[in-house]
Amino acid sequence: MISLAEIEKVAVLARLLLTPAESQQMTEQLGKILEYMSLLNEVNTENVEPLAHAVELTNVFREDRVTPSLDREMALANAPHRDEECYRVPAVLGEV
Amino acid sequence: MSLSELTASQLLQQLREGRIKAVEVVAHSLRQIDQYDPTVGAFLRVNRDHAFAQAEEIDRRRSRGEKLGKLAGLPVAVKDNICTQGEPTTCASRMLKRFVPPYDATVIARLKAADAIIVGKTNLDEFAMGGSTETSALGRTCNPWDVTRIPGGSSGGAAACVAARMVPLSVGSDTGGSIRQPAALCGVTGLKPTYGRVSRFGLVAFASSLDQIGPLAQTAEDCALLLEVLAGHDPKDATSIPQPVPPFSETVRQPLEGLRVGWVREHLGEGVSPSVLAAIQEAIKVFQSLGAKVEEVELPHARYAVATYYIIACSEASSNLARYDGVHYGYRTDEKAMLAELAEERRVLQQQGKSEALEDLDTALVRMYRKTRAEGFGAEVKRRIMLGTYALSAGYYDAYYLKALKVRRLIRQDYDKAFQKVHVIVGPVTPTPAFALGEKINDPLAMYLFDLFTVGTNLAGLPAISIPCGFSEDGMPIGLHLQAPPLEEETLLRAAHMFQQVTDWHRRRPPLLDRQAVAT
Repeated sequence: MISLAEIEKVAVLARLLLTPAESQQMTEQLGKILEYMSLLNEVNTENVEPLAHAVELTNVFREDRVTPSLDREMALANAPHRDEECYRVPAVLGEV
Repeated sequence: MSLSELTASQLLQQLREGRIKAVEVVAHSLRQIDQYDPTVGAFLRVNRDHAFAQAEEIDRRRSRGEKLGKLAGLPVAVKDNICTQGEPTTCASRMLKRFVPPYDATVIARLKAADAIIVGKTNLDEFAMGGSTETSALGRTCNPWDVTRIPGGSSGGAAACVAARMVPLSVGSDTGGSIRQPAALCGVTGLKPTYGRVSRFGLVAFASSLDQIGPLAQTAEDCALLLEVLAGHDPKDATSIPQPVPPFSETVRQPLEGLRVGWVREHLGEGVSPSVLAAIQEAIKVFQSLGAKVEEVELPHARYAVATYYIIACSEASSNLARYDGVHYGYRTDEKAMLAELAEERRVLQQQGKSEALEDLDTALVRMYRKTRAEGFGAEVKRRIMLGTYALSAGYYDAYYLKALKVRRLIRQDYDKAFQKVHVIVGPVTPTPAFALGEKINDPLAMYLFDLFTVGTNLAGLPAISIPCGFSEDGMPIGLHLQAPPLEEETLLRAAHMFQQVTDWHRRRPPLLDRQAVAT
């Protein structure tokens, strides 16, 4: 249903890091779940429009007006790593 | 009569008449928590001092004759995936263990405006993903009726604290049954409103097209009281419905004339335990005795609801949970250790001359994301992120996600058709009563299949309620599920109240309360 290699590829897309044991278990469990989901193949959905939202509200607009938003200090308060005014992340460019 | 015998509506009446004080109600609530929560584990945090201070303030304002809010002086518990400003909101995850929201969810603002007293935050499955509260990374909750069994989930703490009479009112969230299922398994009443009826602003997102906040309490009357405060249009939630909120707490006592009740053959057949089946059939007879007309309806696509639900919910979850990146808030892996590990991997690959693997090696930033998420999320959350990422990935999108959205429309159309014939559809909430802690935790598919009666409601965006309707032979509560067309919460509450006027299942107390009360 799904291979170990595919699981490892999806883990990169999902920004997860799985141990070899976790990847193995994930392959088995997701395989079983996806097999169950293939149940949907027996439903004829020709000419059926997808339904993304049960309540199909359209064009919910608001006025384009400046309103107060979180100040910088509050926005930064929960950051795991920060300086006075910015979030800090590992170096993005160049060798580390 | 002990305070824990009183419903929220009765307590409110006594508070208004000045027969009891808010401080007494809160003190009682905190005593119940002290006595039973070490066993039950419903709460992740209790705001003792703040609750007392608030109660004193309400008593003072009342004595001065000030106008008070609709829930003035009533203790309320809140599920810990609803943001409370200045108070941790953890989602029972290591990822958010130290997260303190900078704002209140709209429902919290509404509770505060109604002078409710928020006594604490309740345990849940991590990020509300699970049906047993066992995926919580921060605590274990058990069923007050039998402490070796699950309380249900994901709002397990929210249901258990009402069942153990720690609080009269509790707020949960329901993405695929997370209010109704624990309500059923713990013997309390829980309502999932129409999608959009209650603002989701400040509810930590799991699956945005399915998530909905709702009330849990001992009775339908109490759920009506709380829903009236929670519900209403909110400009901060673009999916909230701009419709007036009916006075649920007043209309709930009006009996329904000419009620038409539908039942579905597949919901009363294979896989449903005999005790559940018997209780539901008995409940249908109760409605008949109240003058309701009962007839069979068909939901031909109901058997596809679990597959459809898990594809859609996991897809939305994988997208929503992408925000946990170790940068803006929440957990972050130890950066030094992470960089050292990465350097070592690079050194080994260089030594082995594996140039291709070397090129594929994560950058420091990507590795920080991956390690943060690997350490911050538990197994079930990772499983759902993986499933969702797979279902949305190139080559599989049409086969899984798009297919599920199409089946979702068919499921919705089934309901629309059925509701042309009946006002409500009744059935079981769960196929069996609460199972043992640990029984299904290593079998995710079995856990998902336990949701087969509740997930269709969310896919269709309908309101539904779970009310106690009996017990299994070994004394575990059984829930009756009532589903109604969009915005028909009133019908549900009135039908449930009619039922609770002539039955007393909702008044039964877990034996734990009487045993421990005698012991102390």
